[in-house]
Amino acid sequence: MTKVYKIAIVGSGPAGLSAAARAAQLGLDHVLLEKTDHLSDTIYKYQKGKHVMATPSQLVLRSDCDFEAGKRETVLGVWDEQTDAQKVNALVNADVQAITGQQGAFKLKVKGGTNPWEKPPTAGSPHAANAAPDKAGDVQEIVAENIILAIGTQGNPNRMRVPGADLPHIQYQLDDPGEYVDEHITVVGSGDAGIENALGLAADPEQGNVVTILNRGADFARSKGANVKLLMEARDAGRINVMTETSPSLVEPEWLTVDTRDGPQRIRCDRIIARMGSAAPRAFVEGCCASFEEKEDKRNPGKMVKSIVPGTGIEFTSADREAYPKLSPQFESTVPGIFVVGALAGYPLIKHCMNQGYDVVEFINGNTSLKPADEPILEAKFKDLPGRKSVDEWLELLRSNVSILNGLSPLQMREFMLDSVVRFYPAGSTVFERNEPGSSLFAIATGHVLVEVNPKDASITVPIGQGSIFGEVGLVSGRPRGATIRSGEDAILVEVSRLAALRLMAAVPEAKRAVTRISVERQLLQMFGSGLSAADVADVVDNHEIMQVRAGEAIINEREEGYDIFVIRTGSMVVERNIGGKPVFLSYLPAGSYVGEMALLDGGRRTATVRAAVKSEVIKLDGERVRALLDANPRLRDRFEEDMRKRREVNSFIEAKKDSFGNVVDMYSSVASFLVENGIGEATDVLLIDEKLCVGCDNCEKACADSHDGLSRLNREAGKTFAHLHVPTSCRHCEHPHCMADCPPNAIHRGPDGEVFIDDTCIGCGNCQRNCPYGVIRMDKVPPKKPGLLQWLFFGRGPGPGEPDKKWVYDRVSPETPKRAIKCDMCSGIKGGPACVRACPTGAAIRVAPEEFLTVARLGE
Amino acid sequence: MATRGARQIERVRASAHEGFLRHRNFLWLKIATLLSILFITGYALIDVTPRHNGGSWYGYTLGTIGALLILWLTVLGLRKRAMTRGRWSLKAWTSAHVYLGLSLLVIGTLHTGFQFGWNVHTLAYALMVLVILSGIYGIVVYSTLPDAMSDNRSAMTKAQMIDAITKLDRQLQIAAQPLSHEDTAIVSESLREDPFRAGIFRRLSGSDRACRNARALRQLKARLTIAVEAEEDALQAVVQLMDRKAAALQRIRSAMRIRAMLEVWLYVHVPITFALIAALSVHIISVFFYW
Repeated sequence: MTKVYKIAIVGSGPAGLSAAARAAQLGLDHVLLEKTDHLSDTIYKYQKGKHVMATPSQLVLRSDCDFEAGKRETVLGVWDEQTDAQKVNALVNADVQAITGQQGAFKLKVKGGTNPWEKPPTAGSPHAANAAPDKAGDVQEIVAENIILAIGTQGNPNRMRVPGADLPHIQYQLDDPGEYVDEHITVVGSGDAGIENALGLAADPEQGNVVTILNRGADFARSKGANVKLLMEARDAGRINVMTETSPSLVEPEWLTVDTRDGPQRIRCDRIIARMGSAAPRAFVEGCCASFEEKEDKRNPGKMVKSIVPGTGIEFTSADREAYPKLSPQFESTVPGIFVVGALAGYPLIKHCMNQGYDVVEFINGNTSLKPADEPILEAKFKDLPGRKSVDEWLELLRSNVSILNGLSPLQMREFMLDSVVRFYPAGSTVFERNEPGSSLFAIATGHVLVEVNPKDASITVPIGQGSIFGEVGLVSGRPRGATIRSGEDAILVEVSRLAALRLMAAVPEAKRAVTRISVERQLLQMFGSGLSAADVADVVDNHEIMQVRAGEAIINEREEGYDIFVIRTGSMVVERNIGGKPVFLSYLPAGSYVGEMALLDGGRRTATVRAAVKSEVIKLDGERVRALLDANPRLRDRFEEDMRKRREVNSFIEAKKDSFGNVVDMYSSVASFLVENGIGEATDVLLIDEKLCVGCDNCEKACADSHDGLSRLNREAGKTFAHLHVPTSCRHCEHPHCMADCPPNAIHRGPDGEVFIDDTCIGCGNCQRNCPYGVIRMDKVPPKKPGLLQWLFFGRGPGPGEPDKKWVYDRVSPETPKRAIKCDMCSGIKGGPACVRACPTGAAIRVAPEEFLTVARLGE
Repeated sequence: MATRGARQIERVRASAHEGFLRHRNFLWLKIATLLSILFITGYALIDVTPRHNGGSWYGYTLGTIGALLILWLTVLGLRKRAMTRGRWSLKAWTSAHVYLGLSLLVIGTLHTGFQFGWNVHTLAYALMVLVILSGIYGIVVYSTLPDAMSDNRSAMTKAQMIDAITKLDRQLQIAAQPLSHEDTAIVSESLREDPFRAGIFRRLSGSDRACRNARALRQLKARLTIAVEAEEDALQAVVQLMDRKAAALQRIRSAMRIRAMLEVWLYVHVPITFALIAALSVHIISVFFYW
């Protein structure tokens, strides 16, 4: 008779090892099966000498194996040592290929040598005794009452899906960064793995590698703060080229073409290391103990494929590529007796994995009262809520009630709640006030809230119901709260910090979709004006499509057929028309406007070309559905027609002008293009200097310094000039500020007048300065207060008006005083408005919003 | 978008970019002209005995207005430097300063009743006229030179212009290595050129006949005509660099010239204003003393 183990543990990573160690300590009959010839393959495969981190730091470790942050070799050494000392029954070269049977008698089909593991003399290096023996192809069966699946997700790295992705110089793993010399290496993906690979490749300048790392987004939400910091240091030292908002588009031998914010770019590239995350080895997991049936392949009619009978096997939370198995709070899957822990269960952090391994074995051994290690932290979070519920009940309540959390596994819920706050709001209490700074996202777990849509009359409100979210605007722009929100009845709300929300959206596609849908719906409602309800636009919203548009790419081409409506979500667009063979600049569309209504209402062809001024995101709305919406809402139709009439006026104005003032139109068009090239496309408010009037007195800089702690936030002379129109180095208050992307204390906000400002919590890290593409942020020490103007005038005391010279400041400020990030705040809170404009003696300095400035109405000037 | 709408009207006015002369559609020009016409008409129609002079009631009125106006015009220097809060615009102040300052010529002259002499009273008048004349020069350069300055610097900053010279100097040093001892001495003469040592008149002229780079360039070009082979190539490289340096120096000198022309009048305008206030005080006190 074959031996029946109490527990078979598949995978010897942190989770599996910890489970096996617990089983050994409890004296349970167990077996640990490892596919490779060493323990903990994921960490074994880390780069040599890599520092292994121990986050989250607030979590208590509960395991028979020790773990603290340290070098790869040290961590592996400790585990080898303890695995050996605790007499864990570990088999290596044991590849589990299928699992059948049921609780009490699971059968594991194991391929390979399946030889006992022996502690290697040097941790982290191959050990001959563990190598696969000759019988490597043998298949045997192991029987166990319970199974713990701890196989991680390393099996299936996400692959590149661009032309040329099958070329041999693309690799999905980096074993030893020391192997490569004098190569141009591009790391794709800026999660922790990607950042660590890039740092490793660039660590030794002697190797002569030119290392580039690409990040699809603007910030590094998926990575650990410490890694991001190291990466930024490496970038500033010139060791790594960091390209944000960039993704690969074409792979060729020796070259890589990437899409950047400003259009495509071709870079030298001898080797690509793609670290774009990985998906769970899903087919294997789903197939565990499942029944199979023959079914017709949907994509390939006529062909029969083997597919799983629904309801059997281990089920996943959704059909998403990145979804996780459905698990009970004890990590039991939908197949009783099979437990899933570790990265496969949805959380990749080592401490979590180790705790889970321990907990699961305890549970299998009959200890049902054991609480997870993070229980006390969560208990404290739920302590003040009404209704005596256990932590698990609260988590389940939040998960099932809040739509964006629906797709989370209980484990992810626990992790998510560690970063979030949940509060009880009695009926009528204010959640936040209009114009209050804040970038967190709120989710309604129970009850509903009321939005005060009219600032003058608090009694006019719009409800937001249970399960929905609010405050999502803060996720993108960091604008202050747009309206006061109070609870309509006793409500329980979850407040999610901006970073946690971004992490949630990155990890759970469903959450991202839910947030996107709500923000699209709200944007449409806000743009189309009152009188519409969510139900009216539901049909349009359900069929929207979000499109990423590269700088310079057109979303609408003149003379083309089509009547879809485009809403600009981020970035901005320029409208051009081809007149006499030359593109003439018609107008500028900032984020929050829509375009395409002319063809929809008239049914003709497109009358102008609309292209992105900067990398933008647009919402494409189905023309047919928008037409139905217009038919049902005459007021909205009137609005569309009014907008169309205005745009048509502009068109005919240009046509008329073209004949009489051809040169004027050309001039206007080229000035507009110059401004757009210089980043005005994403500005909301920009300082321009008319150099036909500027006498170079620098009174604007002096006034700026004197209005703000003695430091000027603008450099008049620097910057580009075209046709005597000068764009000085000064903040443009971008629609989606780059500086906000990566501010550790979250000190950068958007004020009530649209100004982007840095508050007093600035820690002087310099991230914003590095992220600003226009170089308008400076790092400096704040000088002490100067003596008054009259004291200077009559007695020569102090440095006089304007910014004091460096020496004067450094004589008076202690060397330890940290530098602070200094940038224009549009003189917010200063009566009279921007000092630079007020202080210009000749009227050369003007502040404009691009849509005011870039209108043909100004052609005559 | 909503937040922008609220400020739109104010913003459009601010962004309607009129220079200080055209400010609010020549508002202060209109006011100043009106005042001048009013005072001239008054002067012609009001019959004071025995004749118009500073001591008549009309003369006192004009004098008081003129003196107060001078003090107010002086305050522009304070206004410019005191960055206080509030809804004021230095452009509006400049506009008023220019046109009211010009009208002072009318007011002051009428105040004299055309009685001049070698005394402190006429001195005050003369100083006032000087101040106004220098101011007129200021208006002219302020409205004609800025675009020349902009063209000359073609989006370069001062630091970049100086940096360009430093870089050329470094290249010159390297290029001069193969040259003979005498030629190297000529090159080092060019390296000693400092465009900022120029005094006020040389700055205003925009060129420097004593420019060490120009002199060195002339000498080396002469040498080039007789040099052969390797020496010729080396000299050619140096001469090309020096030509570029000459252009870079010219850019700096032009910038300095325009700057100097834009600023030089202030060295007359401001000190004489203080002299004027002093003379004015003596004038007023003496008038009351000898009442």
